[in-house]
Amino acid sequence: MAINSYFIAQLALIGFTFFMLLNSAAVMVYFERKIAAWAQQRYGPHLVGPAGMLQPIADIVKLMFKEELRPKAADSFLFYLAPILCATAAFAAFSVVPFGAETTFFGLLDKPIGLEVTDVNVAVLVIFAITSMGVYGIVLAGWASNSKYSLLGGLRSSAQMISYELSYGLSLASIIMLAGTLSLRGIVDAQAGYWFGFIPKWFVFIQPLGFFIFMTAGVAETNRAPFDFPEAEQELVAGYHTEYSSMTFALFFMAEYINMVTVSAVATDLFLGGWHGPFLPAYLGWIWFLVKIAALLFFYIWMRWTLPRYRYDQLMEFGWKWLLPLAVLNLLVTAAVVLKAGW
Amino acid sequence: MAGIYFWILAALTVLASLGVVLQRNPMYSVLLLIVSFGALSGLYITLNAPFVAAIQIIIYAGAIMVLFLFVVMLLNVPTEDPPHGYHARLLGGAGPRWFGAVLALVLVGELIYALSHLRATPLPGGNGNTASIYQIGLTLFREYAFAFEVTSVLILLAMVGAVILARKES
Repeated sequence: MAINSYFIAQLALIGFTFFMLLNSAAVMVYFERKIAAWAQQRYGPHLVGPAGMLQPIADIVKLMFKEELRPKAADSFLFYLAPILCATAAFAAFSVVPFGAETTFFGLLDKPIGLEVTDVNVAVLVIFAITSMGVYGIVLAGWASNSKYSLLGGLRSSAQMISYELSYGLSLASIIMLAGTLSLRGIVDAQAGYWFGFIPKWFVFIQPLGFFIFMTAGVAETNRAPFDFPEAEQELVAGYHTEYSSMTFALFFMAEYINMVTVSAVATDLFLGGWHGPFLPAYLGWIWFLVKIAALLFFYIWMRWTLPRYRYDQLMEFGWKWLLPLAVLNLLVTAAVVLKAGW
Repeated sequence: MAGIYFWILAALTVLASLGVVLQRNPMYSVLLLIVSFGALSGLYITLNAPFVAAIQIIIYAGAIMVLFLFVVMLLNVPTEDPPHGYHARLLGGAGPRWFGAVLALVLVGELIYALSHLRATPLPGGNGNTASIYQIGLTLFREYAFAFEVTSVLILLAMVGAVILARKES
């Protein structure tokens, strides 16, 4: 009986996470357009439903009924494999992200389970590994389309990935040293409590540089403006997904938004104390988690509509000559402090 | 149960590795190599070494193969062509092919000899606990510190060599 209820709870959690991620893309598109309109003094979508809130549904229905096109010279196997890879990696990466304290679901279970799909003891590395697989979707889409714009987009994506993955990993390493564990749940629990009774023990306060590096590299990894070179529309039409239409295009689009949600969720767990926060009891911690993710996502969109795109050589120079040395310095200083102070 | 996983993953590794060398499209070769690395990583998980498995994916399948893919895409060769011109005369004839076949047979013979005369001596040190990163760190920087440092020097040398080879004469 006990095993059964755990099994059902786990299945429910998986279904819930999948459903939320699927919908987060639609919600994000709506907010992206609304915030863009706000930044540019327009109305944005306002005709479909109250305040245009049904616009994403209309968009999805439209995409479903579009014709599926494939260039004649495209490599048909890889052409269809690429969007599947992208979407799968985007969903899979979230599977190890915890989003709430352990709970018994109001006494339904005998022993509490964590609010996450699965708890792996090397969770940080698993996320890193899966997101590094996601880039193959973009690169393959660029190559398999057999179009020069797509190819350039794919090439840029792989170059960008190589340049920013190192800084991304190094900023993670300093957090791992502070928390002394690779488990995301462990890292979040290391941030519980307060300094001097009122400053939350979030790693962002002792690792501001690490947070900056993580978020910058995260923006580059998710191909968002001002680092959206793989799909820079003024130069490459639409970059790697130029030749895609209908639902295959929708898969890329969805993967991009889900990746943003994942990076924000991981940043929340690593730097912003996850579900720990003042005022709310522990069982409502997931509200804090949602608030923090929403703030980071707003920041993402805000940045896109405020900053112009960098030049490509500037991106490379910034990645290798500024971000990487800063990340190494951050790691060395953190290591020295942890060693001396015995954190 | 673990035995089934081993055989599936081992077969996948071998088949993917064969695919890398047996088909001529370099793009598919790179992708098959990634599949092979993925299956290897699965083998590490069955050996209760999740850290090594994750690192295998991040370093080999994630970082190094992106670089390979980058080069293949940059050159954009559809298939590997058979040699032509000067190289065809040197390598394409019947003589060189027979010579190659004999060399391959010698190599296989050597491998069989070496493997059949293998004396299984376990590596020194190491308590076999690969699940904990703490243990891996201690083993790596105590028992195997020398090997670890020598490897890093080797990689540094390779890097310097690559820079010298790629440098333009001014």
